[in-house]
Amino acid sequence: MDVQKHSGNIIMNTSTMAYRNLLKTIHDPDRLMDVIIQPVLFMIMFGYLFGGAISGSVKAYLPTIVPGILMQAMLSAASGSGSQIREDLDSGIYDRFKSLPMAHIAPLAGQLFADILRLVIAATASLATGYLIGWRPETGFGSVLVCALLAVFTGWSMSWIFALLGLLSKSASTVQSFSLMIMLVLTFVSNAFIPIHSLNSVMRFLAYMNPITYVITAIRQILATGTLTHEALLVLLFGLLVVVIFAPLTVLAYNHNN
Amino acid sequence: MTNENAIEIKNLTKKFGDNIAVNDISFDVKPGEVFGLLGPNGAGKTTTLRMITTLLKQDSGTIKIFGHDTAKEGKDARSMFGLTGQYASVDEDITARENLMIFSRLNGLTRAQSKQRTEELLSEFSLENSADKNLKDFSGGMRRRLDLAVSLITRPALIFLDEPTTGLDPRTRLQMWETIRQLVKQGSTIILTTQYLDEADQLADRIAVIDHGKLVKIGTPEELKQCVGGTKLKFVVDDDGKIQEVENMLNKQFSLNPKVTDNKVDLILNKKNQLVAVLNALDEDNISTSHLVVEEPSLDDVFMSLTVGKN
Repeated sequence: MDVQKHSGNIIMNTSTMAYRNLLKTIHDPDRLMDVIIQPVLFMIMFGYLFGGAISGSVKAYLPTIVPGILMQAMLSAASGSGSQIREDLDSGIYDRFKSLPMAHIAPLAGQLFADILRLVIAATASLATGYLIGWRPETGFGSVLVCALLAVFTGWSMSWIFALLGLLSKSASTVQSFSLMIMLVLTFVSNAFIPIHSLNSVMRFLAYMNPITYVITAIRQILATGTLTHEALLVLLFGLLVVVIFAPLTVLAYNHNN
Repeated sequence: MTNENAIEIKNLTKKFGDNIAVNDISFDVKPGEVFGLLGPNGAGKTTTLRMITTLLKQDSGTIKIFGHDTAKEGKDARSMFGLTGQYASVDEDITARENLMIFSRLNGLTRAQSKQRTEELLSEFSLENSADKNLKDFSGGMRRRLDLAVSLITRPALIFLDEPTTGLDPRTRLQMWETIRQLVKQGSTIILTTQYLDEADQLADRIAVIDHGKLVKIGTPEELKQCVGGTKLKFVVDDDGKIQEVENMLNKQFSLNPKVTDNKVDLILNKKNQLVAVLNALDEDNISTSHLVVEEPSLDDVFMSLTVGKN
C-alpha cells in the first residue's frame, strides 16, 4: 500500500505561504501603516530639524537625508518580519505547518517574500516624501528606481537576520524592542544623517564598520553619477552573503525550536 | 493488504530538564481503532501526542506510523496523518475558505483539486454560510470544526485530536462527537487525548491512562472499569436484628466482603451476574430489604483510583 502523496516543491510551498501572508495584509491593511508613517514622519522631522545645521539649508540636506531615511525605513520594515514570525510561532499555527509534508523553509521564506511588499511600500513612502519636500535627484527616475531596488534587496537580506532573532526570542515584544535598538544603532552610527568626517575617531571607526554606511554611500553615488559603482556591487554581494549565511541558520533555529 | 499497526510506540521517553514528562511509554494502535489517551492535566498526554506527530523530538524510544519511523522518515510519517491541536491551529486573520485553500495547496493538491476539496469540506462541516467571514467572528465550535476540516483535507488514514472538545459548550460537544463517529465509520483510525471521562467512554475503543508521564493502564473502557471492581450494590436491611445474618451469608455463600454501617450494606460484586443470585439468596432467607441501589463502575472511578494528578 503506497500512499505517498506528491507533496509539492519548495518554490510552490513558499509561494503558497507568501500568498497566505499577503492575504493577511489585504484583510487588514492597517498592518502597513507603520512602514508608511515612519519614513514620512522622520523625513519631514529630520529634514527640517537638521537641514540648516548640517547642510546650511533643508534643500541642500535632502541628497544626504533621503538615502538615510530610505535605509532606516528598510531596516524597520525588515524588523517587522521577525516579530510577525514570533507571533505566528506563539499562535500554534506553526504546529500545523510543521506537521505538513512540506519543506521546512517554506513558512519562513513565505513570510519574508510577502514582506517584500512592506519593503517596497516603505521605499516608495520615503522617496515620495523626499520628492514632496523638494528633493530632485539630477540623474533622473532610472537611477532612483535602481536605488530603490538596491535598498529593498538589502532590506530583504537583513530581514533574514530579524527572522532569526524572531525565532530565538521569547516574545514578539522582545523582538520589537531588540529590533528597535538594532535599527537605531545601525542608522545613527552611520553616514545616514551626518557626514562621517565630523565624528571623533572612535565613532568614525564604528560608522565605517557599519554595513549600512556602505549601502547609503552606494545609493548616493548612484544618484550622483547615474552609474552602478563598484560600491553598489559590493553591497549586492554583501546582501547575498547575509542570505546565504542566515537562511540556513534560520531553518536550523526553526527545526530546533521545539 | 498489510496487517501492520497504525502506530507502534516503544519505550518513549522525554525529559524537560529534571522533569520526566513522558516516562518509558509503549503501546500500539490498531488500524480502524479509536484510541484514547486519558489523564489529568500535565500528565504527559499532549507531550506524547506532540512526539508522535513529529512536533517534538523524543529523548529515546521509537515511534512508527504505518511502519514509518518518525525519526528517520519524518516526511513519510507526516504524510500519513492529520492533526487537530488543542488550540485551534488555523489562521485567525484570513477566512475559512482561504484557510482550506492554503492548507490544501500546502498538502500538495493542485489549484483545481484544492478548490473542489475546499467546497466539499465547507459543506461537510456546515461552514458554507461563514466561508468568507473573518475567523475573528467565528464561535469556538465553528473554529474547531474548521480546524478539523483542515486536518481532513488529504483524507488521512490516521487522525490526531488533541482535546477536541475542551472549552466547547455541551451542544457543540455532542456535534463534535457525532462528527468523530462519522470519521470512524469511514474507516479512519483516531487517537484522541481528553481529560473528559465520558468522552473517552463514549468514543474510544481502547484507552491508555497516563499519569505523571507513565502509562498506568491500558484496555477497553470495560476492562478498565473491571479493574477497579465490579458492580456496586447497596441496600438497607429493614430488620436490624438480621444484619449479622446477612453479613455471614454474603461472606460464606458468595465470599463477598460487605461494608456494614448500622443496617446499611455496601458491597462490590466480584462476578458478573452475581446480582440476581445475591438477591435470590436474601429472598430465600426471608430478609426484606429497601433502598436498593445498583451502580456500574464509571470511568470516573478508574480515573480516581489510577491517577494522582499534579495536586
